[in-house]
Amino acid sequence: MATTLHGLQAACGEVTEAGADDVVDGVPARWVAWPGSTEEVSAVLRAAAGLGLRVVARGTGTRMTWGLPPTDLDLIVDLSRMNAVVAHVAGDLVVTVQAGLRMVDLQDLLATHGQQLALDGFDTLGGTIGGTIATAASGPSRYRYGSVRDLLIGITVVLADGTVARAGGTVVKNVAGYDLGKLYTGSLGTLGVITEAVFRLHPLPEARRWITATTDGSAQAAAGIAAVRASQHAPVALEVDLAMPGGAVTIGVAIEGVAGSISARADDVRDLVGAAVGIPATVAEHPPDWWGQPPQAPYATVTCQPTGLADLLATAPGTLRGSAGAGVLASGLTDDDRLGAELARLRQIAGQHGGYAVLRCAAPHRRAGLDVWGPVPAMTLMRRLKDQFDPEHRLAPGRFVGGI
Amino acid sequence: MTTYEGATLGLLAAELHAVLGPTAVITDRQRLRTYECDGLAQHRVVPGMVVLPESAEQVAAVVRACAAQGIPFVARGSGTGLSGGALPHAEGVLIVTSRMRRILEVDAANERAIVEPGVVNLDVTKAAAPQGWYFAPDPSSQQICSVGGNVAENSGGAHCLKYGFTTHHVLGVEVVTPDGELVWLGGTTRDVPGYDLLGAFVGSEGTLGITTKIVVRLLRSPESVRCLLAAFPGVDEAGAAVSAIIAGGVTPAAIEMMDALAIEAAEAAVACGYPDGAGAVLIVELDGPAGEVEHTFAAVRRHCTDAGAFEIRLAQDADERARFWKGRKSAFAAVGRISPDYIVQDGVIPRTVLPDVLRRITELSAGTGVRVANVFHAGDGNLHPLVLFDESKPGEAQAAEEVSAAILDLCISYGGSITGEHGVGVDKACHMPRMFTTDDLDTMQLLRRAFDPTGVCNPGKVFPTPRLCGEVPGKRKAVHPLQAAGLAEQF
Repeated sequence: MATTLHGLQAACGEVTEAGADDVVDGVPARWVAWPGSTEEVSAVLRAAAGLGLRVVARGTGTRMTWGLPPTDLDLIVDLSRMNAVVAHVAGDLVVTVQAGLRMVDLQDLLATHGQQLALDGFDTLGGTIGGTIATAASGPSRYRYGSVRDLLIGITVVLADGTVARAGGTVVKNVAGYDLGKLYTGSLGTLGVITEAVFRLHPLPEARRWITATTDGSAQAAAGIAAVRASQHAPVALEVDLAMPGGAVTIGVAIEGVAGSISARADDVRDLVGAAVGIPATVAEHPPDWWGQPPQAPYATVTCQPTGLADLLATAPGTLRGSAGAGVLASGLTDDDRLGAELARLRQIAGQHGGYAVLRCAAPHRRAGLDVWGPVPAMTLMRRLKDQFDPEHRLAPGRFVGGI
Repeated sequence: MTTYEGATLGLLAAELHAVLGPTAVITDRQRLRTYECDGLAQHRVVPGMVVLPESAEQVAAVVRACAAQGIPFVARGSGTGLSGGALPHAEGVLIVTSRMRRILEVDAANERAIVEPGVVNLDVTKAAAPQGWYFAPDPSSQQICSVGGNVAENSGGAHCLKYGFTTHHVLGVEVVTPDGELVWLGGTTRDVPGYDLLGAFVGSEGTLGITTKIVVRLLRSPESVRCLLAAFPGVDEAGAAVSAIIAGGVTPAAIEMMDALAIEAAEAAVACGYPDGAGAVLIVELDGPAGEVEHTFAAVRRHCTDAGAFEIRLAQDADERARFWKGRKSAFAAVGRISPDYIVQDGVIPRTVLPDVLRRITELSAGTGVRVANVFHAGDGNLHPLVLFDESKPGEAQAAEEVSAAILDLCISYGGSITGEHGVGVDKACHMPRMFTTDDLDTMQLLRRAFDPTGVCNPGKVFPTPRLCGEVPGKRKAVHPLQAAGLAEQF
């Protein structure tokens, strides 16, 4: 063990024995490396490759319980020292950042320039850039701006053997080479350690408004969402919140734009929603308190095509909250033996509407024996991809779909 | 890998006759010549064989037959690509999707359409328009280019400044993998579990497989569209207006710029009637809710005036808007009026260095005597310099090629890209090492090998090969046949 530690320390000065908190989803690590640069990450992974170590990358550690526990774990590569903004050219609406930077710190900096990385939601703001990419976390505004995959324009990763590889670039419009950023997005650290990322930014709007309406009827709620979809109001977000299975549903519409026209536009949306839902809607200058908040664990993400919303709201075994606009929601499930049955039921409903259900967040003993990921298409190609990028399966082994 | 000689192709032709029927397999040399190039006419290769499948199953059968014998294959849609991505293989099979033109579903309630790869881009919007929806990617060849080609090239268009590229508007694709399997990447919903193979596939220039069905997103048509044409004394003032608009927090649907030489060509070709004496014009288009557009349109007008615009015209109706766009859309072909030959370049720079780069291009032009007309998507820094020359005059072609390459070098030196929308194909494969390290390119090859371990799917594209890169970079010698026939335009 001492030899291994020395081997790692030769590659990167800051390597320590793992402490009590250095655990990935219940699996303890043996060492933690704290690299300060892409070059140090490369050196550590090269050393780890020579030693045959299994590696998991970590940011703030907020989403280490997504996916499955690693089958084996030796080394945590902690990116928290790599928290710099590498370049921000405001006029280009582009920012280059290190992976360990916290999202909230980036947004604070950008806000001083009247700009934003258009990724929102509590879930997203709690973590780092690298963690946000690796988990493809998203919030309400994805309906308008897209999710991580749509805003990431360049990426630097270190592969399992220590190779440093970049893809994309620092301009928004660029079709040179394969778009590997999309592969790393949502890959839970199984293809490489993300060290740097380049994002497209958007201006912060002058004004925002939230229009909400609450109804007992899932069909009426779905009708409200459908009416806004079919309108020309160009909403930023279309959300629903079902706090109790079979209970009342609140729908929320966010709009943004210049201050001079926002009030009139909000009134138009309020009237449209009110008429479609059959209950008066209200306009507010702040979001409702549930906006962008994930449910209490355990929860699953559930997807469906737009016309499946009414059925999902009426029959889901758990609570529902999220982007009805994008068709990506979170469903809070029961934290006892019923979890497995509820997940299966959710998966069945989603499947009838072109969607999937993935258990995101639950205590390790609750996930034991459950099919966390459910059916995954194109699994053969995914295995072949993993075999190419990480032939020895040493990066986050077992955490991803199909045991990858 | 088996050698692919004439005899092998002959056997394959007989096998494919049985699967596809005799009219769908072309082996006659004269008919094969029709397919010898795509929109980049200086690269020409007569394919070993052309097949015209009508279904995904037929595409899969062709690919399986090729894979079994190690015969390379290349997919082709409408053949409008500008980087030679659909350049055939002399000993291989060209799989043309023009008989796969069904729009399988238009489902406005689910904000999507499902189409076959040969469907023409604009036909998707035509099918959705009666219900008030449209397909956002609008490359200028949209009247003829195919959606399958858009997926392969990750096509953009003038309006991608606000709406993004094809990759943002595709939910799923059914593909035939290079070993002949039919699989779905993505689906009809977002965030399908597993790796985002869809995202990696879109824009892979036909090297990872052949698309056989595409689920495209439809967008609701905007309530209001406003368009203005602003004339400036020169490109510096126009560039300053662009910066001011963006800095003001406005994201227009499109901002296009043309310089004096490009305007001269457009006037000669289509008499677009742009303001006299303009050293540069901007076309700025805004869309969205009417109240929002009215406010931001007023701000854009102010920015143009403040930056030095001496005339601003506001499109009063759809006809006038079309007239504004006519000069811009005809610019590439129009250059034929002022120069017998020209090279179309496609490079990207960060928007903020636009004035610097234009000054450097002007210096380059003055220093070499090679004229350069500038047309570009100014909002996202995508330059389309047109490098003019006369093939019949000794040395001019060579000088033009050198200027064109120097412009790409400029783009790279300012942190930009060697291609914003035309793709790498065969045309720029040799430039890839100037933008990416060997390790970067080797890592991209890992993806390629996962899909195509034996290297039979569109070989020789995107990545540099010694054979390819020993050759001199190409130039545009003539207007593309489709363009000459009035079927296509280029941006």
